[in-house]
Amino acid sequence: MKLTSEMIDGAQVVRVEEERIDASVAIQFKDRMRELAAGASGRVILDMGRVGFVDSSGLGAIVAVMKLLAPATKLELAALTPTVGKVFHMTRMDSVFAIHPEVPGEGMRHAV
Amino acid sequence: MQSDATAHAPDQAGESARFRLQASEREVRRVLGRIMAHLGDGLAEPDRGTVEIVLAEVLNNIVEHAYARCPPGRIRLFLTPIEEGLACRVEDDGHPMPSLVLPDGRLPDISDELDLLPEGGWGWSLIRSLTADLIYERTARANRLTFRIPVSWKACRDPDRDMVARQRVAGG
Repeated sequence: MKLTSEMIDGAQVVRVEEERIDASVAIQFKDRMRELAAGASGRVILDMGRVGFVDSSGLGAIVAVMKLLAPATKLELAALTPTVGKVFHMTRMDSVFAIHPEVPGEGMRHAV
Repeated sequence: MQSDATAHAPDQAGESARFRLQASEREVRRVLGRIMAHLGDGLAEPDRGTVEIVLAEVLNNIVEHAYARCPPGRIRLFLTPIEEGLACRVEDDGHPMPSLVLPDGRLPDISDELDLLPEGGWGWSLIRSLTADLIYERTARANRLTFRIPVSWKACRDPDRDMVARQRVAGG
């Protein structure tokens, strides 16, 4: 489970460098996020732009990470791909997370 | 128009593609990759996602529940493209459904309290929302789930490519 992290505009942006967050990696994802965001405060934005598929175990892991980080840190999501967005919508978990169409600052970086 | 739909559905004679897998999360991921490759470009993108969501939830349920507390057995999957979508049959030799009834598929409640937010329990809701004609049967030793995923086959297909995919599946 490869995740990379950088600070953008005061938020920790964690990019998921995987095509899937599914039952076979859900626990790894939770553990890696716990390590990466340890000591974070403020916002952690999960860049989901490369993730084409999330199943209900993967979704559960993302919710679990949000709980782990709270209350000091708020987990937000960005750049959901269509099938992933569908899973969030159908489970109504899109009402639980702040979901950004794209990663904040992304447009600026591309322009440089 | 009607002839287009039947002519371009793969396996128009009603022949099923068959997949067998060991009931593990790794194997589920692997077989889903094979299935999506097998379906090729016959489905438009939203329908591909629908098929993958449904099959992932069905297979993961079998891994987590039917084969809970016992050595992982086999799962058999039969997929038949039909005019009204993808007809699916999934069989396993694990524990029966409690009371021999499928879960009702109600979405878990979303609490205002963060600690009480659900971390699962969405699988059957997703399956029920995205399928039709869902039937569960318990035979002497096996569970059999049949359902249809109401997707639309694209009019333009590359028959050669599908044939290659089918042969690969048959060989694997």
